Amino acid sequence: MSTFGTSNEDNAHLSRSDSKAVRRRSLALLGSLIRPVRVRFWLTLAMVVLSQATRVAGPAIIAFGIDHALPALQAGSNGPLVLAGALYLAAAVATAALTALYVTSTARLSQAMLLDLRLRVFRHTQRLSLEFHEKYTSGRIIARQTSDLEALRELLDSGVSSLASGLLFMVFTAITVFALDWRSGLIMLAAGIPMFFLARWYQKHSQIAFRESRVVSARLIVHFVETMTGIRAVKAFRKEKENAQRYGELSEDYRRVTVRSINLNGIFQPGLVLIGNVCVAVVLLFGGFRVLGGDLAVGVLLALILSTKRFFQPVDQMAMFYNSFQSAQAALEKVSGLLEEVPTVRPPKNPVPLPHARGEIAFRDVEFGYGAGTVVVPRLNLHIPAGQTVALVGQTGAGKSTLAKLIARFYDVTSGSLTLDGVELRDLDGAELRRAVVMVTQEAFLFSGSVADNIALGRPGASRGEIEAAARAVGAHEFIAALPEGYDTDVNKRGGRVSAGQRQLISFARAFLAAPAVLILDEATSSLDIPSERLVQAGLSSLLAGTGTEARSARTAIIIAHRLSTVESADRVLVIHDGKVVEDGTPAELISSGGRFAALHGAWRESLV
Amino acid sequence: MSKQTSFFTSIKRLYPHVRPILPRLVLGLLSALLASVVALSIPQVLRVLVNDFLKPGGAGSAVWISAVVILVLGIAEAGLVALRRQFVINPATTVETRMRVSLYGHLQDLTVAFHDRWGSGQLLSRAMSDLNFLRRWMAFGAIMLVVTTLTVAIGVGVMFTMSWQLALIFLAAALPIMVYSFRFRRRFSLVTRLSQDQAGDLATTVEESVHGIRVLKAFGRSREALENFNGQAEELRQTEIAKAKQQAEFSLVVTLLPELALGVGLVAGILLASTGELSIGSLVAFFATAAVVAAPVEFSGMLLAMALTAKSALDRHFEVMDTANTITSPSAPQHPRELRGGLRFEQASFAFDDGGPLLHDITLDIRPGETMALVGVTGSGKSALLQLVPRLYDVSGGAERTGGAVRIDGVDVRDFSVEELRTVVAVAFEDTTLFSSSVRENVLLGAPEPTEAALDEALDVAQAHFAYSLPDGVDTLIGEEGLSLSGGQRQRIALARAIAAKPRVLVLDDPLSALDVNTEELVEARLREVLKDTTTLIVAHRPSTVALADRVALLEDGRISDVGTHTELLARNQHYRFVIASLDECPKDLDSELERELDEMEEAGEARR
Ligand SMILES: Nc1ncnc2c1ncn2[C@@H]1O[C@H](COP(=O)(O)OP(=O)(O)OP(=O)(O)O)[C@@H](O)[C@H]1O
Ligand SMILES: Nc1ncnc2c1ncn2[C@@H]1O[C@H](COP(=O)(O)OP(=O)(O)OP(=O)(O)O)[C@@H](O)[C@H]1O
Ligand SMILES: [Mg+2]
Ligand SMILES: [Mg+2]
Repeated sequence: MSTFGTSNEDNAHLSRSDSKAVRRRSLALLGSLIRPVRVRFWLTLAMVVLSQATRVAGPAIIAFGIDHALPALQAGSNGPLVLAGALYLAAAVATAALTALYVTSTARLSQAMLLDLRLRVFRHTQRLSLEFHEKYTSGRIIARQTSDLEALRELLDSGVSSLASGLLFMVFTAITVFALDWRSGLIMLAAGIPMFFLARWYQKHSQIAFRESRVVSARLIVHFVETMTGIRAVKAFRKEKENAQRYGELSEDYRRVTVRSINLNGIFQPGLVLIGNVCVAVVLLFGGFRVLGGDLAVGVLLALILSTKRFFQPVDQMAMFYNSFQSAQAALEKVSGLLEEVPTVRPPKNPVPLPHARGEIAFRDVEFGYGAGTVVVPRLNLHIPAGQTVALVGQTGAGKSTLAKLIARFYDVTSGSLTLDGVELRDLDGAELRRAVVMVTQEAFLFSGSVADNIALGRPGASRGEIEAAARAVGAHEFIAALPEGYDTDVNKRGGRVSAGQRQLISFARAFLAAPAVLILDEATSSLDIPSERLVQAGLSSLLAGTGTEARSARTAIIIAHRLSTVESADRVLVIHDGKVVEDGTPAELISSGGRFAALHGAWRESLV
Repeated sequence: MSKQTSFFTSIKRLYPHVRPILPRLVLGLLSALLASVVALSIPQVLRVLVNDFLKPGGAGSAVWISAVVILVLGIAEAGLVALRRQFVINPATTVETRMRVSLYGHLQDLTVAFHDRWGSGQLLSRAMSDLNFLRRWMAFGAIMLVVTTLTVAIGVGVMFTMSWQLALIFLAAALPIMVYSFRFRRRFSLVTRLSQDQAGDLATTVEESVHGIRVLKAFGRSREALENFNGQAEELRQTEIAKAKQQAEFSLVVTLLPELALGVGLVAGILLASTGELSIGSLVAFFATAAVVAAPVEFSGMLLAMALTAKSALDRHFEVMDTANTITSPSAPQHPRELRGGLRFEQASFAFDDGGPLLHDITLDIRPGETMALVGVTGSGKSALLQLVPRLYDVSGGAERTGGAVRIDGVDVRDFSVEELRTVVAVAFEDTTLFSSSVRENVLLGAPEPTEAALDEALDVAQAHFAYSLPDGVDTLIGEEGLSLSGGQRQRIALARAIAAKPRVLVLDDPLSALDVNTEELVEARLREVLKDTTTLIVAHRPSTVALADRVALLEDGRISDVGTHTELLARNQHYRFVIASLDECPKDLDSELERELDEMEEAGEARR
């Protein structure tokens, strides 16, 4: 289907069937959000109904006071007066208390649903594969998590109670009208027909407007987020003007669709009021002639007309409800689309346990390409025994990181098999795979939070001592200790508080703490100076030899490096070219055989001093 | 969190934005008032019409006249409702959009140091939800607040004309409400501000969890990320519920007290009526009016909460808008007489906001067209030094200029117009910040003439020919932050971008770190030609990069401790050897060196076996 998932997300003008499909999807999501809290939902509604009843009781008690208590008092009995006073106070307290209760209860309800949805979206986006994230962009996910959820929140906060009390009010009033004169009642109900058509018209148009509004607001957010994350480049290359212009256009688009949706409501709501008022006039006309004919008492007519007028009072609120409902539905269409996306890298149905991975990796006839693009890895066969330190070298863009990412199961191989200790990676439980295989990516990404938190990402629950030991082992302790608050210093957004090399050291300490069976280092030392690199290498070799934080046998390591100093200490070097292994052997063998590696190595040696 | 300002101080700041639309807001207010007057008058008119005109046996024309009168009033009501929206919506959205665009513009202008501190979620929530809310408040909340207040005031006045005793009793309830609302205001402001801040932080977390998804996946930390997010979302939920509770409590007080007063009034009224001090008609009329007043009083809780939320949204907005931009163009920008590209640091010192002095007394003279390498250990401040040139940071000393200066051709960079300075200087950052557009747009971002030739040349110098073989050639979209390229490809695009800008002064921060030795050599060969007449400051971690430079400056302990050619420094500077030399001694004979290494390796291999 063309609207499956997020594929047709930016299109606001869907065909009838597509539109129906996404609406159904969005309603289903709403339903699934309500289900866990349905008890509270009904309770809240009950409170609304009850409070409505006590509210109505007030005027009735006043009438009782004036009609009965006053004559009784004049007759010398003050019992009814006391009763009226007490009842009124009781009703007032009950109304106020119930109102307060249902306001809080509505908030609990809506917050529970929002939390649920937030977590669902978060969990799902974490689960989705990189392939998806590369296309979808973070800005959109943020848009889904913020402005779309905001739309739902508006519906939940304002809508439900006003809808319930309004409906109830209308039902009661309708009953009164029918009791007085069923013919007028029919006229009143007949107003429902034009209202229905108006609502249909509104639904059709507002649906498009709200969809557009979701699309445009997501665009606005994407642009905003990208500007703020790339602010250095924006400034350095004077992109501000161009950006401001673009943002201005987007904001104007956003304003236009907002105005359009509000204006639609601006026709819808007064339209409903108008229909109600016309209906009052018709009832008057109809009843008036019957009064003239003597069929109807004047008093009854007055009561009829006033009730009819009152009948249409909540229509205002209901229009508002319908408005937020449409808006929320459009938002949920997008959110449900995101939730519908299936991760291409899926967790196994029946995971094979692998409690103690040794770290043996085998590629058999592996083929891989990103998405539908060109093949990056054509037919690869490769066996890496447990405990071996393998260096991947080769030109940039050769596919080194790709191989590493395959082993870390960022992507699944297109065909062929990739196994760890003889078990297909796809069949391994996610958590176990991550415990066994850890990759330090080429981009050293730090999260805002303390240095210690960032290192502890390698092994949550690690003690401060272990964190420090890991930092020491890679030679990061000195600089961390020198930070204003040591390990508790906040590294800021994306680790902006520390230098690029320091970021790499922290990422490295993270991997060190994780101490996995298979360690993949993708250019993990590229931004380090030579002395620091040496320290890291010393730490690395102690980790790999098994004298790291926990005693165990040697680990498998896959090291990608352009600086061949790391490579020299490897057991084995693989030269990658166009996704193929073109040379394979110990460093010494390859150097003496005079192939690509020998040339690379020679050039590198030459560059050293 | 910011200091608490009074409600009116904050709201007053909206005035300049609102001034142009004030007439329309007033018209909207009038429409709203009129609409409610019409709505209130319809029942009265009906009563008069029915009671006075419609009698059995009367003329048919009376019925028609009555119906038309009611119809006209009904149309007027609907029309006024529509009119209010017409008057208000468009201008309110215009104000919203203008504020949004100016916020964005200001954010783009603010310093990098500001962006280091602020999470983008916080900024985003200011640009989106805060301003959305403000618009809704302007178009609805503020107007309704005035209408409600007026309605209540008029209603109470009318009540006084009916019975001053009862009105006094009613008014007595206002006193505790006033006192209470004071307290409510303070507490609610705090919690609403808290919830806005938490929502912003939540958005930041979402953003980081998506940008850092590779790390989270590599370490299998999705669960921890989810827990962390859950914790934050849960906090937000609690805050929202606390907010709702306070609001519920307030509306409880606000509905209960007047109702209690009315209950007392009922008893008192009946007593008064029984003694004949009050006519029954007045008693009935009093309570009828009280019923009309009660609804807006109840509504006021919501309106007040809305106003307070709008206030803190404004505070948040101005918190950013009030942050002064310290890096601005001078009022009278200067240009060098002839732009040759001589770059000079004169006793420049620099400190990050929260760190001690990092650089002091930096004195360095780079001649026009010269290429100078900057060498120093990780975290010594190389990147910081570089960023002083395009004024991403300013040297310390502030307006008094006591912290030295950076000059281009003798002119202090702070005396350039920022725009011109950043045209003269181009940067390649160590973290490649690319944008999710095409290769072409990324490369030509700062180019004076965005021509095909410029693109080709830049790509050629950076050896980024791979771009042509991407699926759509140079028009291929490269994904968010260019992450669908390999590390080295990304870096070369960023380098090409700096080159395409054709600057007089080029600052390159470790621009070849992700390249393999061969590609590095190719890039260097081409770069050397280009750099011939471009002044270049290049951070280098490897001797191979240093090879590009005419001279090398050594950054040590925050000072330039030595300047000279590579060979000179190698010969005379112990620290330089420490930083850059990977071989402990200078190699005399590469072959024998290699031999020795091989021997060692074999020994090591032996030992392992
Ligand atoms: N996410 C992606 N989507 C599409 N193509 C990709 C993606 N990542 C990498 N590629 C392409 O796959 C090829 C191999 O990239 P890879 O990152 O494996 O190279 P590499 O050997 O690690 O290079 P480098 O040394 O520059 O990091 C490159 O041509 C690159 O453009
Ligand atoms: N935004 C910041 N706020 C405070 N301190 C910072 C900030 N950015 C960097 N620092 C600190 O300033 C010092 C210098 O950082 P800088 O990035 O200039 O180092 P560098 O020489 O470029 O290192 P590298 O070779 O690792 O890139 C580091 O110790 C770092 O911790
Ligand atoms: Mg790579
Ligand atoms: Mg740096």
